[in-house]
Amino acid sequence: MQNAEALSDVVTTKLVVDHISKWFRTSSLNVHALDDVTLRITEGEFVCLVGPSGCGKSTLLNMIAGLEQPDRGFVQADGRTIDGPGPHRLMMFQEAALFPWLTVLGNVLFGLKLIDELSVSERRERAEYFLELVGLKRFIHSNIHELSGGMKQRVALARALAPNPSVLLMDEPFAALDALTREQLYGDIQRIWSQHRKTIVFVTHNVREAVCLGDRVILFSPNPGRIREEFQIPLPRLRDINSVDLARYSTEITRVLKGYVQTEVAG
Amino acid sequence: MMARWLAASAFFIALIVAWQLLVAAKIWSPLLVPSPWSVLEYLRSAVEDGTLWESALVTVRRLLAGYGLGILVGLPLGLLTASFRWCQDTIGILALGLQTLPSVCWVPLALLWFGQTEAAMLFVVVMGTVWSLIIATDNGVRTIPPIYTRAARSMGSTGFHTWTHVVLPAALPFLLSGMKQSWAFAWRSLMAAEIYVTILTGFGLGHLLHYGRELNAMDQVIGVMLVIVLIGLTVDKTLFAPIERSLHRRWGTARQ
Repeated sequence: MQNAEALSDVVTTKLVVDHISKWFRTSSLNVHALDDVTLRITEGEFVCLVGPSGCGKSTLLNMIAGLEQPDRGFVQADGRTIDGPGPHRLMMFQEAALFPWLTVLGNVLFGLKLIDELSVSERRERAEYFLELVGLKRFIHSNIHELSGGMKQRVALARALAPNPSVLLMDEPFAALDALTREQLYGDIQRIWSQHRKTIVFVTHNVREAVCLGDRVILFSPNPGRIREEFQIPLPRLRDINSVDLARYSTEITRVLKGYVQTEVAG
Repeated sequence: MMARWLAASAFFIALIVAWQLLVAAKIWSPLLVPSPWSVLEYLRSAVEDGTLWESALVTVRRLLAGYGLGILVGLPLGLLTASFRWCQDTIGILALGLQTLPSVCWVPLALLWFGQTEAAMLFVVVMGTVWSLIIATDNGVRTIPPIYTRAARSMGSTGFHTWTHVVLPAALPFLLSGMKQSWAFAWRSLMAAEIYVTILTGFGLGHLLHYGRELNAMDQVIGVMLVIVLIGLTVDKTLFAPIERSLHRRWGTARQ
């Protein structure tokens, strides 16, 4: 019976997070990072996880990536339990996780070289295609340190897109950028998402950013990390972060978020 | 570039002139402070009769053998101590302790174990090289931001691939500076060994230095010291410096 249910879901459900809990134990601390978190993400959905630091949203992302395992519960992608990283779920990190010993092209090729089925010329073509997509074709042979912060994150985006993952996991990828560069990237990421129909899970502590990008915004509260509320964002694309409609949503969500943070402090 | 050359040349010419002036002032006995010309004269004659080339060759050959072996042993051991706790607790602590030992301390032991042989020389150089290289490699690998390996893992890189494609290249600047430091240590160890130990299978620069002292030939002592400095400088400028420069260029860590 359960199997039949699962089968009917396969068409639309991409990721299932089922009652997961996670603890981090160090010699002096025992942190309850996530508590009984359940989440269902459909194929092609853009989901933003929002919450103050320490609410476990990055931990959840790492689990979907397969970089960490839950202590309780399970995470499934395409109906299969995730037990390690895979090329179908790629992660884009907050800090510059580009490899400084490789050129821009070398960085994008890194993931492609791990796919055995591709020929050398196919890898090269794909790398060039995605660098073009993020507007960096001209910088293909540049060293990483020669790029600006925004360009670096564009390379990181191309590197994550190139192996053609069905799920893209983004851990505060724009946090270190200036506002103008960020706004450009909001446009880019929405455009790429609508063209390539990836499932995107996007972690941020910036509510406005979440409302600008997400079909759905999921609000976390810390100590232990729990899902508190979900908001559907039915605004049309491409969204402009400065629009008034968007501001209305983000004001509402921020108000709710503040409520949780204050309760936490008071409690 | 030209200006830097000129400045450097002027500096060294001034140094030699000052040296000559001090000699001309006759404050010290010319036996203790020979003039630049007598040192040059010694170098010329030593080059002509072949002793300098021969000794330099013997020394460099010992150095390369000892240094090469030291790297072959030290680099993998350093990688091991950085990646396995039990290696760190054993080899790591041994290396940490032994690297504080001045390399000349190995000479008596080497003599007793190996006698007056090439093996004794090799042993001293390897001991002078390997421990500090282990420590430097270990530090280098530990300094790598963990985000690199996480990013690689998320793209499907595992085990050996992560080591060869991420850990090693990421640690390369540290490995290189470790190797450079070990090169200096290898030189020091070998000179100590050559000065203290006479080995009939070949007279190195250290022996020339030693006999210069025995014969009270200060021009020889200073001449050989100059040669040692020159070899060290040449290796640094032709071997390490270009690699360092290209690394700095790629990583964007070049100093202006």
